[in-house]
Amino acid sequence: MISQLTVFLENHKGRLAGVCRSIADAGINMSALLLADTEDFGVLRVFCDRPEAAASTLRDEGFRASVTSVLGVQVPNRSGGLADLLEFLDKEGVNVEYAYCFSISADFALNALKVSDGAVERRLAEAGWRLVTDEEIHGLG
Amino acid sequence: MYYQPEIETMARKDLCSLQGERLKRLASYVYERIPFYRKAFDGAGVSPDDIKGLEDITRLPFTVKQDLRDAYPFEMFAVPNAEVVRIHASSGTTGNATVVGYTSQDLENWADCFARFLVAAGGSADSIVQVAYGYGLFTGGLGAHQGGEALGCTVIPLSSGNTRRQIQLMHDFASDILCCTPSYALHIAESAREEGFDPAKDFKVSAAILGAEPCSEGMRREIEEKLGARVHDIYGLSEVMGPGVACECGCQQGLHVCEDHFIVEVVDPETLNPVADGQWGEAVFTTLTKQASPLIRYRTRDITRIIEGACACGRTFRRIDRIAGRTDDMLIIRGVNVFPSQIEEVITQFTDITAQYQIILTSKGPLDRVELQVETVADFPFDEVRRLEALKKEISRELKSNLQVAIDVKIVEPKTIARSEGKAKRIVDLREGRQG
Repeated sequence: MISQLTVFLENHKGRLAGVCRSIADAGINMSALLLADTEDFGVLRVFCDRPEAAASTLRDEGFRASVTSVLGVQVPNRSGGLADLLEFLDKEGVNVEYAYCFSISADFALNALKVSDGAVERRLAEAGWRLVTDEEIHGLG
Repeated sequence: MYYQPEIETMARKDLCSLQGERLKRLASYVYERIPFYRKAFDGAGVSPDDIKGLEDITRLPFTVKQDLRDAYPFEMFAVPNAEVVRIHASSGTTGNATVVGYTSQDLENWADCFARFLVAAGGSADSIVQVAYGYGLFTGGLGAHQGGEALGCTVIPLSSGNTRRQIQLMHDFASDILCCTPSYALHIAESAREEGFDPAKDFKVSAAILGAEPCSEGMRREIEEKLGARVHDIYGLSEVMGPGVACECGCQQGLHVCEDHFIVEVVDPETLNPVADGQWGEAVFTTLTKQASPLIRYRTRDITRIIEGACACGRTFRRIDRIAGRTDDMLIIRGVNVFPSQIEEVITQFTDITAQYQIILTSKGPLDRVELQVETVADFPFDEVRRLEALKKEISRELKSNLQVAIDVKIVEPKTIARSEGKAKRIVDLREGRQG
């Protein structure tokens, strides 16, 4: 599992900028960011090099921030790479709460998934899936 | 344990005749000394001689807040300034302040009333009492202060604010009893937890005497849990005296009214006729012993009821229920009467949100729009949008079924809702023509 920084944000002008500035001022570097938005609030999900430190900094500044464990899986950067992974999870009876995926090189894509059953990680490894560690993801910078 | 057992456990019969005697004396006293009452009695066709006992109280005219405003500043005083040793006043944001004077005897009686309830909360001369009510024209700070001194407690006059210091001294001085508003008590408890204290273990405080704003049963339980102390709801208003007019004993089954000093009536706010015991209505107080600012049948606009029957604590003073709202705080939302306390009752059922909330009223065309802002507790799994949306829906549904009014729920970032160090501002009414 990898550590993801999660921040609850009201839909207010400047809030996202505020979070990013706080993280920057703490000398923390982000490697991926996704903002899920609804009518009146958003949930920000971030990969950064020191997620616990980022969460604690943000909390001190009055944000609602925490660190969440999500599944990190590397797949080949080709058509069907993600579909294969999701079919595997489906077969294992695991639900995906949310996911975001991005290419990290010409050869590989990285999939971050919040799943209903974290124990599936071991079964993925046994089936030969390449799991990503915190160190790798935070070194993406 | 009682502070003045001969009074607090007096037989009902004796208490009623004491009230009757004092009422008779009061009628003559105000008629002779306060021109406003002479006029009011004459207008109502009643003379002090007509008051022969307690049952004659309904012949007397009512007093309302506007009467006190009109008498600004000292026209309602029954004694010359030489005898007035202190002034308190309520805020004058919507007109003249209401000014109340106290003679040294008045202060002594007030201190006794508060001291009774310190004892009811387990206090004694050994107790350390931390006063976190504001000191000043507001009656909270000095009311609690002099009550603590009368009992011989060690009083820490911290006043409100400077929460970090409140927490530090509560710990270092090992305070036994905290006196402040419920919202501030909650704020102190939450801040202490954020600083890494476990109030139940790290603080000695065993009781909190909280007043000056409404506190639902749910909020009480939350404060009790977070502070690790029993919460005693205290009632009082500056016009009548200040905190200590009535307060809960250890049974927490209603607030005993200090009936040797006050007569409480509950009336229908429309007809002004007394309602039967147990029925909700407006609380009306008559002060029996006050020398400087006596009041006849003062309409408080607070909604309560008389709790019938005797209390297990042995006190014979009758009890009123926790204030359910104010006749003028009652919100009329799309034609439905709503008390903020009803909303609070619903909110406190949800363990996923904190007790801090704010209600924003706006106009949406001809309709009223109500938005309730709440904060999730720190460990709520806000990572999942679905959970947040589900929580919103659930609160909305519960509000709708309890209040019959549709309310939009908005989850806001922590600390968005201003923490109060005095009275919490729970309602923001931005509807057209209702600014403020």
